[in-house]
Parts: sequence; C-alpha cells; structure tokens
Amino acid sequence: MIRFVTRRLLQAVPTLFAVVTLSFFLIRLAPGGPFDLERPLPPAAMANLARVYGLDQPLPVQYARYLGALLTGDFGPSFSFRDLTVAELFARGLPVSMTLGALALGLALVLGIGLGALAAFRRGGAVDRLVGVTAGLTLAVPTFVVAPLLQIVFGLSLRWLPVGSWEGGAPAHLVLPVVTLALPQVGALARLTRAALAEVLAAQPIRTQRAMGLPPHRIARHALRAALLPVVAILGPTAAALLTGSVVVETIFGLPGIGRYFVDGALNRDYTLVMGTVILVALFVIALNIVADLLSGLLDPRLRAAR
Amino acid sequence: MRRALLRLARNRMALAALSVLAAITLACLVGPFLTGHDPTRIYPDLVRTAPSLAPHPRPEAIGPAIERLAFRMRVTPDSVRAEGSTLHLVLTAAQPINERSLSYLPRSDLFGAATIVAREAGGRRLVVEAPIRQLYFPLGTDVLGRDLLSRSLVAGRVSLLIGLVATGVSLLIGMLYGALAGYLGGRVDAVMMRVVDVLYALPFVFFVIMLLVFFRAGIGLILVAIGAVEWLDMARIVRAQTLSLRHRDFVRAAEALGLSTFAILRRHILPNTLGPVTVAATLLVPKVILLESFLSFLGLGVQEPATSWGALIAEGSRAIESAPWMLAAPAGFLVATLVALNLLGDGLADALDPRLSEAR
Repeated sequence: MIRFVTRRLLQAVPTLFAVVTLSFFLIRLAPGGPFDLERPLPPAAMANLARVYGLDQPLPVQYARYLGALLTGDFGPSFSFRDLTVAELFARGLPVSMTLGALALGLALVLGIGLGALAAFRRGGAVDRLVGVTAGLTLAVPTFVVAPLLQIVFGLSLRWLPVGSWEGGAPAHLVLPVVTLALPQVGALARLTRAALAEVLAAQPIRTQRAMGLPPHRIARHALRAALLPVVAILGPTAAALLTGSVVVETIFGLPGIGRYFVDGALNRDYTLVMGTVILVALFVIALNIVADLLSGLLDPRLRAAR
Repeated sequence: MRRALLRLARNRMALAALSVLAAITLACLVGPFLTGHDPTRIYPDLVRTAPSLAPHPRPEAIGPAIERLAFRMRVTPDSVRAEGSTLHLVLTAAQPINERSLSYLPRSDLFGAATIVAREAGGRRLVVEAPIRQLYFPLGTDVLGRDLLSRSLVAGRVSLLIGLVATGVSLLIGMLYGALAGYLGGRVDAVMMRVVDVLYALPFVFFVIMLLVFFRAGIGLILVAIGAVEWLDMARIVRAQTLSLRHRDFVRAAEALGLSTFAILRRHILPNTLGPVTVAATLLVPKVILLESFLSFLGLGVQEPATSWGALIAEGSRAIESAPWMLAAPAGFLVATLVALNLLGDGLADALDPRLSEAR
C-alpha cells in the first residue's frame, strides 16, 4: 500500500510540472500586466515595481526562481492583494472552500447513492422513474440557474435562509451553497449507482444468494458493495467538478473561497495568485484520485492484485 | 447500423427529444426574423414588461404615456381617447403649438406618425390622430426594454453553434489521436496515453478561464479552447475501439495490400468507431453548451452585443427580484436543449448497444 501511494505520488510529479510550466508561460505570454492601471504609472515607478517583484528579469530566470520558491512551499506575494502572500490568501479561502466542498461531497454521496439504490431495487416502478427524471433534471439545470432560484424561494419569499455571505461558516449560511453545489453530483451519482447496481443484481452471485434464501437486506449489502466500485472510481472527477462548481457558487453567494479569489485574481492579472490556485486545484484532484484508487482496492481485492 | 436506427425510431423518448431539438434549432435559425423585434432594439417605454400574449401598450398605460409626451411637447392633453388601434388626441397650449413637436409621438415606442385632423383657436388647439402600435412580448422584456424572445433565440444560435463546433473540434483531435495511438500501439501508444493521463489531471476549466481573461478572447477562441479541453474522452474511446479492431482480418488484409497507415485509419478503422463516438459526441454537445454558459455567466464568454444563453442567464440572475422572467426565458431554452440532448444520447447508446439497455 505504501509502495502504491509512493508510486502514484511519483507519477504525479510530471503532471504537476506540466501544470506549473503551462500556466506560467500562458500567463506571462499574455499581453497586459498586473500594474497596468487606467492612468499609467510613471515609468520610474513601474520599473521599481517590476524590480521589487522580480519582473524585470528574463522569463527563464523568473521561471527558475518561481520553481525554486515553490519547492520550499512558497507561492510568492500576491500582486493584487498588497501586503498579503498567496499562502495567506489560501489560509483565508481554503477553509471556506473545503467546508463547502466536503459538505457538498458528503450530501451528494448520501443522496446520490441512496436514490440510485432505491431506484435499482424498485426497477421499473414509479420510484425508479421519478429518480430518473430528477437525476436528468439536476444534471441539465446549471448551477447558476439553481442558485438564484433557491435564493429567491428560500431567501426572499419564505425568508427561511440567508441569501449569501459567509459569517464565519454559520450553518444557516451554508445550506443553500452546499445544496446548490451538491445537486448536479447527486444526479450523476444516482444514475451511476442505479446502472451499476442493476447490473450487479442481475448477476450470478446475487441469484445464488437469493436461491440460498439470504434475507433481502444482506443481499442488498453485498450488491451495494460490488456496485460502489464505479462510484468510487469517479470520485476524482466528482471532486474536480465540485471545485469548478464552487467558483460559481462562491461568486453567487458571495463567499470568500479560493474559487472567487481565482476569478478576481485572473481579472486583476495577479500572476502568483492565479498560478497558486491552479497548482492547488491540481494537487487536490491528484490526491483525490489516489484516494479513489485506494478505496477501489479496498472494495475489490482483484484490483489490489493487479497492481 | 440500420437496425440501430430502427431501435432508435421505436424509442419514444429519444424521438421526442429529437423533435424538441429540431424545433429549438429551427426557432433559433428563423425565429428572430418572425418575432417582429430586432434583438438589440431598445424600447425605453417598455422596460421590464412581464411576459404576456396581449399587445403593448396596454390601454391603461396610454394615458400616462401621453402625459409624459405632452410635457415634453409643452402642451396639455385635453382629451385622450383610444379607439381600436387609433389614438384620438386634443392638445391645447397657451401659445400656438409647434406642429413639428408632434414627432415626439412616433419617437416613443408606443405610437405611430401623427396626422392633424383639425387646427382650432389659431393653432393653440390641435385635434390629432395617431395609430397605436401593437407590440407583442410573449416572454417579456429585459431591464433595457429589449424583447426577450428575440434575444433568447439569437443567443441560442451562439450557444448551439458553440456546442456543435467545439464538439467537432474535439471529435477531430480525439479521433485522430485515439486512432493513431491505438493503431500504432506499443511504446507510442503508451507515451500518447500517458500524455492524456497527465492532461486529465489538469484543472482544465481553470486553464480556459486563464486563456479567456488573459487573451481577451472572442467566440472563435472560446470554441477552440473548449474543443481542446474536451477531446480527451473521445481519444480514449476511439483508442479502445481501435485496439479491438487492429488485429481483425480486414485490417490485416489492408496491411497486406500495402495501404498506408493513414489510408487504413481512414477507410477501415475510423468508420468502425463511429457508433460509440456518435454517442459520446451527442453527450458532449450539452457538456460544451453548459461550459460555455458557465463561462459567459462569469462574464468571460460571449461579450456584448453578441449574447448566449449563459450571458442572458447571468443578466437574469442579477435582475431576479424585479424581473424573474429574465432568468426564466433563457434558462428554459437552455434546460430544454440539455435535457433533450441527454435523452437523445442515452437513446442512441441504447440503440447501438441493446445489451446495455437490459441493465438499465
């Protein structure tokens, strides 16, 4: 297991290197700079700023410096939030995004697997069809339509929940963003669980168990365990989808997470902040993919042998 | 293939989806010519009108509108009477009325050119007739007073075009890449697929956002960017198919005949991968449309004066308290299209591989 993790981590190195290099040169080759204001600064001030932030060096030198700093865990100073480093911004934004993402992932897993299993056990029935339609809708209605609708229904008409802001993560402020973020994943997971479970339920081992007269809940447990494999396998992409979804959710609900820092940073040409966010997101996706593979190994011994 | 089409024809959901798609596409193509409104035309007097099938202006809106106009014309309306689609006005003033000021009437959105029926009291009293316009806004107007139906349809052109072209780009890249990797096999395949794996782990949406922000992209670049992101799945599907085809007799025969790699790919490999590729492409279109609207929603996609469903939804969600129909109109079109495309994709998958539908 340790060997597996080490190998996967080593495999992640070229990916991360590609992320850093691609984003670095993409950003630097684009026209415009972080200190372009509507009224240009005097050339001397520009030269000073460039010198302080090391922007006067040739690109390869800057690149080498950035890589070197990254290896020591230093994301550099932010260009648009003066006096703050990118790491400090992450320290503020990450807890917000992580709370949102973790809660949404949990909700999506519980609801998605639950609904999918319900539909599979009652295949062809009214419940099945209802779940199918719901899943199709949650997949097709975009987050940025759901969010305003939820705001207007629960926030403005019923006045049950606040429509935005963070307030230190008070539970009432979390409900709408988490639900919005989780909904599309609920649909995806429900469909996947249903398809996988339907296949497992039709397979030989389950028939044998039925024939042996095992009680239904024991059969269900066996079947679910087998059907969870594809669900676990898409954990990585699901997490990535949650991360991009949080960009919209954080914007609409006015939450100070890294998604919003990213969009603001991009608009302000905050080189280091944008690059830092991209690297951070890549790290998350890679880590979750490794976790997903480990979980698949736990669920299916055959996969363990294949490594 | 023909049996697959027959199976598809028997799938009522897929057929319904197909007709919905055809209807939306047709509406987007010809609809803007039939709504009677230029999608960029601003009606300042008809800002934020709610959707309805009755014509504008409403009878009760005529009086206040004339009051406002009369103030600018420096006259007093003595009587305002709407009769069918004709407006009868009697205007008075202390000074002789400047008849050129009547051009205020057609300049408002609500009335046509005025004709003078009678001049009384030395020109200080005018009897005027003007046609009342009949404007229809079945989906309402936005905060600037533009017709939402026309705007949604024009936006649909952009969204659908982006969906199709970006899917085309990703098809092209993905099929070529996947077929080459699968056909050449061995070390080349391993390296090529490793590259795909690396690209998979990249946070692509973030890259697209970076591209759009830093290069001030137009629609063209958005298309390319989205297409360049979405080809990975296609490459994997085509490669898997190619691997299973590579050692079949007809491919061997072609090799024995001395056909070039490119010719074999074109004539023998790619046509045989079309089934699963069609399904993947059908399911890719809604993904791309969704991605475009996501970008436009953030303000990074299609820019004014062009518009797309995502851009309209962004406007709508900003005005949701005062004009909820601004969100409803484009969102309705978008969701209908996405649901239809997903259903069609599922139907195609079932039709091409009936064994799968058993498990469903």
